[in-house]
Amino acid sequence: MKADPKGVMTGAHFLDGDHACCEGALSAGCRFVAGYPITPSTEVVERIAARFPMVGGIFIQMEDEIASSIAIQGAVWAGAKAMTVTSGPGFSLMMEHIGLAVMLETPCVFVNVQRGGPSTGLPTLPGQADMMQARWGSHGDYEIIALCPNSPQECYDLTIKAFNLAETYRVPVMLMMDECVGHMTEKVVIPDAGEIDIVERRFTTAKRGEYLPYETYGDWVPPMVKSGDGHYFHMTGLTHDERGYPVMNAEAQEKCVHRIVNKIKENADDIILLREADTEDADVVVVSYGITSRVALKAISMAQAEGIKVGHLRLITAWPFPETRIRQLADQGKALVMPELNYGQMYLELQRVVEGRTRSHLVPHGGGTVHDPEVIFRKIKEAVQ
Amino acid sequence: MEPTNPVVDYLRMDRIPHIWCPGCGLGTVVNCFVRAIHSCGIERDLISVVSGIGCTGRMAGYLRLDSFHTTHGRPIPFATGLKLANPKLKVIVCSGDGDLFSIGGNHFIHAARRNTDMTVICVNNFTYGMTGGQVTPTTPIEAVASTTPYGNSEEPFNLPHLAESAGAVYVARWTTFHVRQAIKAMKEAVQKSGFSFVEIISPCPTLYGRRNKLGDGLEMMRAFKEKSKVKNGADTREVGLDFKGDIICGKFINRERTTFLERYNTRMAARLGAAYKPYEGVL
Amino acid sequence: MSATEIKFSGFGGQGVILAGIIFGRAASIYDNKFATLTQSFGPEARGSACSAQLIVSDDRVLYPYVTKPEILMAMSQEAFNKFLPETTDDATVIIEEELVKPQGLKPGMKVYGIPATRIAEELGRKMILNIVMVGFFTSVTGLIDYEAVREAVKASVPQGTEVMNLKAFDRGYQYGENLK
Repeated sequence: MKADPKGVMTGAHFLDGDHACCEGALSAGCRFVAGYPITPSTEVVERIAARFPMVGGIFIQMEDEIASSIAIQGAVWAGAKAMTVTSGPGFSLMMEHIGLAVMLETPCVFVNVQRGGPSTGLPTLPGQADMMQARWGSHGDYEIIALCPNSPQECYDLTIKAFNLAETYRVPVMLMMDECVGHMTEKVVIPDAGEIDIVERRFTTAKRGEYLPYETYGDWVPPMVKSGDGHYFHMTGLTHDERGYPVMNAEAQEKCVHRIVNKIKENADDIILLREADTEDADVVVVSYGITSRVALKAISMAQAEGIKVGHLRLITAWPFPETRIRQLADQGKALVMPELNYGQMYLELQRVVEGRTRSHLVPHGGGTVHDPEVIFRKIKEAVQ
Repeated sequence: MEPTNPVVDYLRMDRIPHIWCPGCGLGTVVNCFVRAIHSCGIERDLISVVSGIGCTGRMAGYLRLDSFHTTHGRPIPFATGLKLANPKLKVIVCSGDGDLFSIGGNHFIHAARRNTDMTVICVNNFTYGMTGGQVTPTTPIEAVASTTPYGNSEEPFNLPHLAESAGAVYVARWTTFHVRQAIKAMKEAVQKSGFSFVEIISPCPTLYGRRNKLGDGLEMMRAFKEKSKVKNGADTREVGLDFKGDIICGKFINRERTTFLERYNTRMAARLGAAYKPYEGVL
Repeated sequence: MSATEIKFSGFGGQGVILAGIIFGRAASIYDNKFATLTQSFGPEARGSACSAQLIVSDDRVLYPYVTKPEILMAMSQEAFNKFLPETTDDATVIIEEELVKPQGLKPGMKVYGIPATRIAEELGRKMILNIVMVGFFTSVTGLIDYEAVREAVKASVPQGTEVMNLKAFDRGYQYGENLK
């Protein structure tokens, strides 16, 4: 499927990441957004509030983020593509409904324009410290997908990608922006609608009375329905069987959890997006994501200017964690350096993956700004020795 | 041919027996609800029922309708999304007093304020039955709950008054004893455009009645019969409930207010003119 | 050219951010360069000294923030005082000459002044002083192509105000050309 031209603002624009995210949602076919304004994500919903009514969509400012994060799921079950947008404190409130989306297998997108935390923290300055929360913040065992744009252009591109992945795997997808990317203005090119690939929702073809909401027919992902189609289907956040009925036993739990975890794990290769440069003969590889990946490139060019063999691995997909590729690099004996705007979150994963295979170095940062490239450069030099 | 109960077709019979206790009022509520739905004239395919968590939260799961058992306190915002994405749907929230008015209280008042087109049916049994009988925002003063072993000291909500104050266009209260009236109220509420609210006082003999020496389900129903006073059009400020006091029942409010979507479309059209196509759903 | 770091500054309401957006748009959309614009947000960033930071480059901008501006545009005294110490020793400083008394300049710095508010008032709208400044800036820096900035002005101002804004732009530009 290609994008509906009605929502696509084709052309070259000078947009900030927040506005670009709104345009990405429109291109993806999103027509329902519920949100509660919070810095530094507010500009996303401000643009949505102005743009959506003009293309047959709707925005509702809910009473809080808890309400926003479930209103979008109501909208999805009525047939909409839907998204909510927030930052750290609001993301904390949304955790319960990330769990609901995982359990009901509601395709939807959560945008988190990360700021400094904990608590109210630094509303107007960047952080990358919600990465583990995105992965594990709701209770129970599950998998989600998280994408990390490093420019306004990618805020546009990856919002579309997030919707497509959400539909493909019936999973909530987190777009993990940060204040720097969200508030930074750069050129954003929006292609013709006919050049934008859109994954449409896969609806059941079952006859009335024969639809089973969680029967996957040998696939990982069951087809969907929408309310009003006469299937009289039931959805519950309780552990359920193929009929969607609650079943309170260990066997049903195992079946339920096994699939919501493995539909992502087993398709990790299809989901994971990486960007790589100069890793082939590198002694050191800098692994980074989001805004930090740009700063890392700066540090890499400083190191390369001194003749150090250093490559770059950029995680566009943070979750599921690209462990296969990282393990390969580790097995080739390359030292790994990971800068991130936190005190070691994705680094915990990196460590787990490369344990005993190679040396790894964290370049921590409390947030509030981006790394000084000099600091990353020094760590690269340290790693090469 | 044996006559079939018209209610049966609306139930997920493959899920019966249900989980509710003997003497619980929820069976009666489901029965009333289904009869109201059956006779309300709204196309069945377009009806969606949304519940939260708790004993009443299980209601959605027994109804052979599009039905959603969501999270604790959040059926109203879920219903808001459902309704706004497809305004042709008739969205009905069925949940308990704890779910709707403690953890979900904020959502209730905002949905009423917006006059979102939906019906909220609250089964008020004055307690969290599923989890062992804790105090809720409707538990009367003096009443004993597992978390108020010496009796509740907090002032409870007067639900009809809260609903009216927040903006509901239709407000009624009945008990599970008033089956005919409850069916009629549910039917009227569902047919009403805007945010309508029906409170059904219901017995929880297992965890509220027994602890408060109110007897079994039958005795509680008898008390409903004896203590209820029908006052249609009563001032909702006067219908608060005391422990063992009178239960004022009736249709209290039936008024007109522009709904959320009507108001939204009017505003957009006023500002955007012909460029704006009235919003009628995302599809 | 590698990267040029620019800071636009003034007090809130002067159109400081729009000036930055116009140059960013001119560079990246109409002049085949790369541009990254950042700004400060929140109550602390409003008031008497607000600013927008722009990096213009022939290559993709990696590090997003301006650290040592080579060009400072100041439309208020507070902004001038606050941001001058951040600049390079040989910075180009562009000021609204009736609002800013340049003090503390280093010997290598070049200062260009324009009575932008007065020119804007002559044109009938005091509000467009930022566009006069943009025109002046285009002339004295030569950093971005004249036509590119002109296009960006057209694309950035409210519909219906293009003619007046372009007039303001040209007046500012001409003022700069006359200094040469």
